[in-house]
Amino acid sequence: MSLQPDSRGHFGQFGGRYVAETLMPALLELEQAYRAAQADPHFHREFESYLREYVGRPSPLYLARRLTEHAGGAKIYLKREDLNHTGAHKVNNTVGQALLARRMGKRKVIAETGAGQHGVATATVAALFGMQCDVFMGEEDIRRQALNVFRMKLLGAKVHPVNSGTATLKDAMNEALRYWVTHVRDTFYVIGTVAGPHPYPMLVRDFQAVIGREARAQFLEAEGRLPELLLACIGGGSNAMGLFHPFLKDTGVRMMGVEAAGLGIATGKHAASIGSGSVGVLHGNKTYLLQDENGQIAHAHSISAGLDYPGVGPEHAWLKETGRAEYVSITDDEALQAFRLLTELEGIMPALESAHAVAQALKTAAQMGRDQAILVCLSGRGDKDIHTVASAMGVEL
Amino acid sequence: MSRIAPVFENLRQRGEKALITFLTAGDPDLATSEQLVHALVEAGVDLIELGFPFSDPMADGPTIQLASERALAAGTTLPGVLDLVARVRRHTNVPIVLMGYYNPVFRYGAAAFARDAAAAGVDGLLLVDLPPEEADELHPQLKAAGVDLITLLAPTTPEARMVQLAGEAEGFLYYVSMTGITGTQKVDAAAIAEAVAGVRRESRVPVAVGFGVATAEDAGAVARFADAVVVGSALVQVIATHGRAPGLIEEVQRFVRSLKSGVNAASVSN
Repeated sequence: MSLQPDSRGHFGQFGGRYVAETLMPALLELEQAYRAAQADPHFHREFESYLREYVGRPSPLYLARRLTEHAGGAKIYLKREDLNHTGAHKVNNTVGQALLARRMGKRKVIAETGAGQHGVATATVAALFGMQCDVFMGEEDIRRQALNVFRMKLLGAKVHPVNSGTATLKDAMNEALRYWVTHVRDTFYVIGTVAGPHPYPMLVRDFQAVIGREARAQFLEAEGRLPELLLACIGGGSNAMGLFHPFLKDTGVRMMGVEAAGLGIATGKHAASIGSGSVGVLHGNKTYLLQDENGQIAHAHSISAGLDYPGVGPEHAWLKETGRAEYVSITDDEALQAFRLLTELEGIMPALESAHAVAQALKTAAQMGRDQAILVCLSGRGDKDIHTVASAMGVEL
Repeated sequence: MSRIAPVFENLRQRGEKALITFLTAGDPDLATSEQLVHALVEAGVDLIELGFPFSDPMADGPTIQLASERALAAGTTLPGVLDLVARVRRHTNVPIVLMGYYNPVFRYGAAAFARDAAAAGVDGLLLVDLPPEEADELHPQLKAAGVDLITLLAPTTPEARMVQLAGEAEGFLYYVSMTGITGTQKVDAAAIAEAVAGVRRESRVPVAVGFGVATAEDAGAVARFADAVVVGSALVQVIATHGRAPGLIEEVQRFVRSLKSGVNAASVSN
């Protein structure tokens, strides 16, 4: 099994570069710049030093004893990406892409954002490197994530509300692509997940793979072996791919991606592109999508803005097709329960996205032996979701 | 061979340039689109670009985004658009190029689409988000069916890539006049004249210029150096303004005749 896409960015039948001609040269230039950076030890040293001194890496691997006890089976370890600067794994990638943008001489960056975590992470590195930053965000998400919107503004970014389509992450990405096509000569597009046209799925994965490299070494250190199962939530799939990729060759380690089942798969109001979607082309890549029989993209639904996307990164589509990873889904209600449980038992408030992975861990751990272990990516912290959680509990803040 | 090459050849012999217009099929409904196609031909349009709607038109500005939304709300599907072409085809030989995004075609299936499009009388296909690098699945099927796959070039396309794509082009080449999306900025004819001349030197097919051409004056300015002028958003806006009102056809024809006179003025002076 190859660990890299082909020369045109295909993972099996998935991936590729389905974009307007205006953007093709920019993508070819980006790929070239990225390959040069990859081959440059100075770039790696710079990236690692920012991850260490600015992001606060390595993030801890934490054995959640009370959660484990509650589930009554396999040990549950949490990879604490919530403890990163800005509160989620997103910053690993934005540091990498900002360094790449700087290397390419681009002083303007743009980003799409759903929950606002990627927007905040991009605005943060833009402040750090003195770059101009424009973030595109659906109006529905702006309403759900007021705190992150204000954070981005404080960081000096301009937030563009997007009211077309469903006014969520998918539409924010459409608008970011429209802006990029118009300003492609001097603007770097910082894509937040392992989706979009080649080389983005590859380079975002590489920047996020620090999660899996650290977690693998930390788990070996703690247990003297590898875990039986990896678990991570999937919107576009960047935290999951970052965790999974360094374990791909460890064939004894199962991998499970957790999609958002929203109100339940049967209701049609969900975001489980792999679980219930079909193959199509959107946002520059071929992958599993939620769509109708005529190829029109369907509305996704999730209580978690970061998972509310009708597609998934092409490498996940490929891992699904090859059988190397499994994909399951967790409903809004199950995620909320897991949020409360982790808060009450461990004193850790997870992002609602990450709560999906925790919910699946509780289910699966119960079916495994006490001598086995699950490694969960706790991709972000829950502060941004307090209003959503309160409203789900019927509490007015 | 498609109907595209003979039309350009006729125009060339008469020393004229082509007027190409875009409209979104199904906006406001397919029956109106059918009337509009005939009205456009009657008003002097040389080639029709018929957009099939997509839920996520990433390369389009608000005018065509809204037209796509109206068309989808009216229940427009790709099979429905092919039926429309088949009906129109009984009455006219005007070349028809379908334009849109790849996903609806991909879902339809490359082989089935090529077969059904050719049978309906489609001459070409222009997919905004399918660069030649990704066309391996679709292109051979279209070629076998005799449907041209139209290539786009942009101001950002590097020289070597332009030479290669222009040398392989079918039907006509579509030169995008600006870095941007449809219908949001005005074309700067003087700024692209030289680039288009360069493309024409390399191209084995006629070169059309689109994006930002909104008036007879724009059309005339572009027709001085291009083989064809494409007008999209400006026409879609006229359709949007009048919708199902009784004056729609008249207004559309009035607008198109003014565009055509702009193109013809340039043709004569060339």
